[in-house]
Amino acid sequence: MCLAVPTLVKSIDDHEALVEIGGVSRKISIWLTPEVKVGDYVLLHTGFAISVIDQEAAEETLRLFEEMALEDDG
Amino acid sequence: MTTKPGQKGIRFIDEYRNTELSRRVIERIYRRSTRNIHLMEFCGGHTVTIARNGIRQLLPPAIEMLSGPGCPVCVTANRDLDRAIALAHERGVIITTFGDMMKVPGSRSSLQEAKAQGADVRIVYSTLDALQIARGNPEKSVVFIGIGFETTAPTIAASILQAQREGVNNFFVLSFLKLCPPVIKALLDEGEVKLDGIVCPGHVSTIIGSHPWEFIPRDYAIACVVSGFEPLDVLQCIEMLVAQIESGERRVEIAYRRGVKAEGNQWALKQIDIVFEPCSALWRGMGEVPQSGLCLREAYERFDAERAFEIDPGPTIEHKGCLCGEVLRGVKRPTDCRLFRHACTPEHPVGPCMVSSEGSCAAYYHYGADL
Ligand code: SF4
Repeated sequence: MCLAVPTLVKSIDDHEALVEIGGVSRKISIWLTPEVKVGDYVLLHTGFAISVIDQEAAEETLRLFEEMALEDDG
Repeated sequence: MTTKPGQKGIRFIDEYRNTELSRRVIERIYRRSTRNIHLMEFCGGHTVTIARNGIRQLLPPAIEMLSGPGCPVCVTANRDLDRAIALAHERGVIITTFGDMMKVPGSRSSLQEAKAQGADVRIVYSTLDALQIARGNPEKSVVFIGIGFETTAPTIAASILQAQREGVNNFFVLSFLKLCPPVIKALLDEGEVKLDGIVCPGHVSTIIGSHPWEFIPRDYAIACVVSGFEPLDVLQCIEMLVAQIESGERRVEIAYRRGVKAEGNQWALKQIDIVFEPCSALWRGMGEVPQSGLCLREAYERFDAERAFEIDPGPTIEHKGCLCGEVLRGVKRPTDCRLFRHACTPEHPVGPCMVSSEGSCAAYYHYGADL
């Protein structure tokens, strides 16, 4: 019910955006994320972007996993 | 760990299904874990991730995972289901609802059965689709069944604000919206389950942030970590919970940093606050919990199905033998229910925990978490 999936914002028109999900384009509402820009990934929940994905945080998290795995090996 | 077919190549999903990294996290959890602990995953989405990936079985036996009440369909009380179904039978009413609600049995029938009997019940993907149906049917009253938590609340608020801007006056919401922090508080005050840590809901926190959970470590000395929904996310969250518990620390941490900021989505929270105010809500298994629901403010009463219609749902009848309420409180497992897999299956569900894709009973059934 609280499912939300990451999607790429391809274009923006007022309160709507075109996003791509699994190769298919669809229109969503960006009413809840006024800060969104083209090229951002958003979390899509029931037709609405509910947040812009923090790409830096995402990369940091993954880096942390890799580093900890390396430390375990060390 | 499994990757669902057809989902390959999706950024911010695939990386978090990495089997090798997941194995490493599990190894570290084994090294760190020294005592018996009870963790609750509040959210039904997490229950599904855990069941689908067999995470309970991969963890050290000392770590017990309990499911919580975080499934909006499951916690909707029979009384409220009956009201939605009664409304569906009103003349001139079109009911719009998320698909999950269709099969949920109320006291006597479901929305799906109401539809089979001639009621106009339509499944929508978004509140904006419901609004579109209202625009296209000006002679009908279009009611959206507003179930959900804080994640969904701003999308319902947005549809009401949009209806107001456009002057759509045949659009109504029957709000069964619920708030998560108050129900966790009620659960902890009940004292039935003893918890050491909580896997806090990710997308609820996307909206409300992590601050609303701070009362949990402060007042109940329970560790809290906000988690994402991929297997690696959940494992990372469990590792962080174990680290807190082992070191005697208790605080709120965010593991799901790509999706959750400490302050949440302030703009979305404001939309909720414009349209709704907290009110008492009835939860399956928990009863009436003060300040745990969202009702439309007076300024928006013309969109409130509660006020627009006289609804007589008739007497409430509970499902005999169904332990869904206890399952939602984390005190029973689906396998403790005598009806599980026998009288109760996803095709013929007795209770909502078997209907919703993220209900514990359905998750156990589909992924054989009991086998
Ligand atoms: S298995 Fe069915 S009857 Fe038993 S608790 Fe779950 S939903 Fe209720």
